[in-house]
Amino acid sequence: MQLNDLLKQTTEWLKGTGPDSDIVISSRIRLARNLDKVPFPHWANKKQGERTMEIVLKAAGENEYLKKSIYLKLSELDNIDKQFLVERHLMSHEHALKSENKAVVISEEEIASIMVNEEDHLRIQVMKSGLDLSEANNIINNIDTSLSKGLPFAFSDELGYLTACPTNVGTGMRGSVMLHLPALVMTKQINKVLAAITKLSFATRGLYGEGTQAAGNFFQISNQVSLGQNEEEIIENIKAIIRQIVEQENMARSALMQNNRQILEDRIYRAFGILKSAYIINSAETIEMLSMLRLGQDLGIIKNIDRRLINELFILTQPAHLQKIEAKKLSAQERDVKRAALIRSRLG
Amino acid sequence: MLCDICGKSVATVHLTEIIDDQMAELHLCENCARAKSMEMEQQFGLADLLAGLSNLGGQVEPQTSAGAKCPNCGLTYENFKKVGRLGCNECYQSFSLYLKPLLKKIHGSIHHIGKSPVNKPQESPVKPVVKAKVSQVQELKNQLQSAIQKEEFEKAAELRDKIKELEKKGET
Repeated sequence: MQLNDLLKQTTEWLKGTGPDSDIVISSRIRLARNLDKVPFPHWANKKQGERTMEIVLKAAGENEYLKKSIYLKLSELDNIDKQFLVERHLMSHEHALKSENKAVVISEEEIASIMVNEEDHLRIQVMKSGLDLSEANNIINNIDTSLSKGLPFAFSDELGYLTACPTNVGTGMRGSVMLHLPALVMTKQINKVLAAITKLSFATRGLYGEGTQAAGNFFQISNQVSLGQNEEEIIENIKAIIRQIVEQENMARSALMQNNRQILEDRIYRAFGILKSAYIINSAETIEMLSMLRLGQDLGIIKNIDRRLINELFILTQPAHLQKIEAKKLSAQERDVKRAALIRSRLG
Repeated sequence: MLCDICGKSVATVHLTEIIDDQMAELHLCENCARAKSMEMEQQFGLADLLAGLSNLGGQVEPQTSAGAKCPNCGLTYENFKKVGRLGCNECYQSFSLYLKPLLKKIHGSIHHIGKSPVNKPQESPVKPVVKAKVSQVQELKNQLQSAIQKEEFEKAAELRDKIKELEKKGET
């Protein structure tokens, strides 16, 4: 498989399937792993970094769970390709900033990926559509166990897996769930919910990870603590909090349907109208309008449009995806035109 | 009870403020409390918070950590405080004295109870960089912390003096 083949398939986390998939977009687990006694990526010299990359890529290549994967060295990719992988959540924005001795391994269905030489030597991640952290954990646990047979992972009995940043030590695990919470935003309850989450030591982020704004009513909730709790406890804690937020969002949706149905329908149909008619549309407006369209689909107001199609539009309208589809570099203005055309044709 | 600031709404948030050793209680409504907390956040920004985190274990820590260096990768504790990243896994052993209070603060625990790898590496032969004398200081610092928590201030003052004395000896 090649990088360009990814364009033809729906990435796992956008399939719109799995438990609670009307509100929960996706579940993701990542494990931070490092090689024993080898300097962490930021502190390693060129030779050490190169050797780490070769060792990890070799081990991943022999891994029974990563057959038919794509192996990419970032130095061999152009900026659009790198951005394309970031948009698909297969690697982080930080990973794309520098290329030297960095690589990414992507499993066939884009469920698993491994960033090599990001903040840690390995960042293994598994994504599933809907609220499916347990299944994600089963998959990542198998990959990790299998990798640890060949790679000497840095570990101490007392502190667990040792990571470049002390915030990840222990299990090295971060579970995160992406939620779509338009009704909590519209009813102005979202800040209360987010404040409560923060108090419980969970972090919230926007659609594109660390430091990003929550665009289009998307929120990512993840655990902060990785030491002193085992993997199952971490997952159960996230699930418990997610279930509560899902319940709150459902209640807010019912309240809107009962008390403000006309206003709600107006907003949803206006969004649909813009998406179907616009000839120039930027990324931010697209996400905002698609968010309303998705809500309309969830509530049965919009019929005959597949959830998966709406999900796909979120990603196909991103800058690097548009440029991959057109197979050329496009300016921001050109993208706004191509984006509008793509949406019109898909919703047409 | 009405809010101390606006005097209109019912006070639901109760704060204890200490200014120049004077303790004052504040009873606030939700709106005024939010305004107040923003004011406090401005006084005590995130940068302070992070700097405060890596200085845990008391005010005496910076002198003792100066020059501490990981024998495996050469990273100094000062490097770590600047970038917030360690140099290699051995750093956890080399700087364990300073890292443990930090880990406790971040995670609320310093004991891993999850998965272990199939092939565990040999436990490190690297010894902590800072020697036993400082460990004694650390032990006293721990006692000091717990004395403060129990509000045993006389005992805390004694311990503080002892720590100062030991550290003076350490410097000379």
